[in-house]
This record gives sequence, C-alpha cells and structure tokens, in this order.
Amino acid sequence: MNPMATAVDTLRDTPFTIGGRTFHSRLMVGTGKYRDNDTMVRAIEASGAEIVTVAVRRVDLDRTRATGILYHLDPKHHFLLANTAGCATAEDAVRYARLAREAGFNEFVKLEVIGDQETLLPDVQGLLQATKILVQDGFRVLAYTNEDLVTALRLEDAGCAAVMPLASPIGSGLGLLNPYSVRTIKRRLHVPVVVDAGVGTASDACVTMEQGVDGILMNTALAAAHDPVAMAHAMRLAVEAGRTAYLAGRMPRREVAVPSSPLEGMLD
Amino acid sequence: MNDTIDITVNGQRRAVSRGVTLLELLGSLELDPRAVVVEHNRTIVRRPALGDVRMAPGDAVELVHFVGGG
Repeated sequence: MNPMATAVDTLRDTPFTIGGRTFHSRLMVGTGKYRDNDTMVRAIEASGAEIVTVAVRRVDLDRTRATGILYHLDPKHHFLLANTAGCATAEDAVRYARLAREAGFNEFVKLEVIGDQETLLPDVQGLLQATKILVQDGFRVLAYTNEDLVTALRLEDAGCAAVMPLASPIGSGLGLLNPYSVRTIKRRLHVPVVVDAGVGTASDACVTMEQGVDGILMNTALAAAHDPVAMAHAMRLAVEAGRTAYLAGRMPRREVAVPSSPLEGMLD
Repeated sequence: MNDTIDITVNGQRRAVSRGVTLLELLGSLELDPRAVVVEHNRTIVRRPALGDVRMAPGDAVELVHFVGGG
C-alpha cells in the first residue's frame, strides 16, 4: 500500500498498520451510548473512521430482535473491533474475546481488563495475563492500558499488536492529561500506539495526535456531544490536523518574544 | 413431566424438551443462528455443530451478539 496521503504534497505519512493490516483512517470510533442508531451511523460516516468498536453482550431474549449492532452497521464497510469492556478478570476477557472471534469477522480484539469500577482504570496484571493467552491463541491484541511506560513495554513484549494508553479516564472527556508519558510510550515502543479514552473535544484530539501517536479511539466525545455528527466531522479534521502538524514539526517554544517583522528599515 | 428439562439460557431458567438441540433451541427463540454466537457449558459451539449438541438437565447456554460499545 502507498504511504498515506496528507493534504500537503511534500508530506508523506507512513501507512497506519496494526497487526499486519493497513487502515485508511487514524481515527477509530466506538458505537456505544448514542441516542439512536441513525445518529450513530451518520456520526461514524462523518468521522471517516474505518475501525469501529463493538461490545459482546447477551442477546435480549424478551425484547425485540433489533438490539444487535449489525442490524445498523455494515461489516463490509467497517472493520469491527470487538472489545472486552466490562471484564474484570483475565479469564472473563479471554472468554469474551473468543466469543467475539467466533462471530467470524477478524482476529483482532480491543482488550480491556478493568481493575477499578469507579475509575475504570486497567488491571495491568490481568491485562498482561490475558494478552499472553490471547496472543498464544492467535489473536491480534490491542490493549487498553494506562499511560505507564513499563506496562506498555511489558504489553509489547507479551505480543500486543498495538498498545492503547488512555488520555484520561473512560468517558471523562478530560483530554490528554499526561502528554509527556504518552510521548515517551510512543518513542519507546515499536508497535503502534493508539490513544484510547478521555478525549473530549476536537482540540484534545489534535493535541493528542501532535504527540506523534499513531491514532485515537474515541466514543463518548461523539456520542455525548450535542450534535454527534458535527463533532465527528470536527474530530476527523482534528485528527488530520494534529497528525499533519506532528509530521510538519512544530517550532521550538521560547519564553521570550521574537519579532516576526524586520527591525531594519524602521523610520526615525 | 419427564419430557421437559430445566436449562439456563442467558441466565434465565427455561423448560425445554428433553434432548432438544441447540439449533432447535435457537429456532424456538426465533434467533437466526448466523446472528448469534453460542456457548454451551462454557464451550463455544460452532454453527455447523449446533444441530448435534443436545440439552441435558442443568445445562447453561449463553447466546451473545455484538452491541454498541467503545
């Protein structure tokens, strides 16, 4: 595949590849919490995302048949990335991942092992344990983790296809709280780093991409926006802007002013 | 009474005919086998085998699919 095109001819981006598969958008979106399915579908379209996440849950035996997301989302047009959201142990996460794979779309899983219900922060031991089992089992694991470098390194060693540090807690919309840690993780890892969770608005997405990470996954920022479709469009632009700014290389920060206009030629 | 047994489907107790297969169970629930993944006593049962697995008293069946999530 050719390098990803950017808006500027002189910039050539590297392809966005995870687990041997190349994707055309660096923005991934979730499908939860939308007020209705039509809004979700239009927001995903406006986001330009190729990868969309889904959760594995029991079929509701008592109500309508239409609760399944595949009644609304065409798997031919989107890459379905199943998550293990809600799982609190490695064993549960492995079980959910295997059920998801059985649906027959792909071997990718967004692995979550939640260690604390209030903050939804990951249980890093459980995460590592589940990663090893799933990698052994042929999965491409994208692991949701905190912004801790050592955990990220261990996840890479365990065979993760991508590591997904949070910007801030899931659903918080607080934006990128620790750009330094996320940048360090990106610098030290070889596998793609995709920031997952915490982005609240377009500027958050832009700043996150400016750190040089490979992509962003978001859900609530779109679903809980007043106008999810418009926000999805804004996020698409923000991710592209942030990525392009990163590739362009920002000017150095200075603590004093430097004039932009010549000092010569001033009148007496 | 001998011809029905109790099993658990998605956490709910249900009376089904003795010897009913998973495929027949899905049919009685009006579920398309292509739209669900089936777990029987913690083991995933692939679609082609659904007609071969018969229910025994106390069996636990989970029927799952994809829903919206982040």
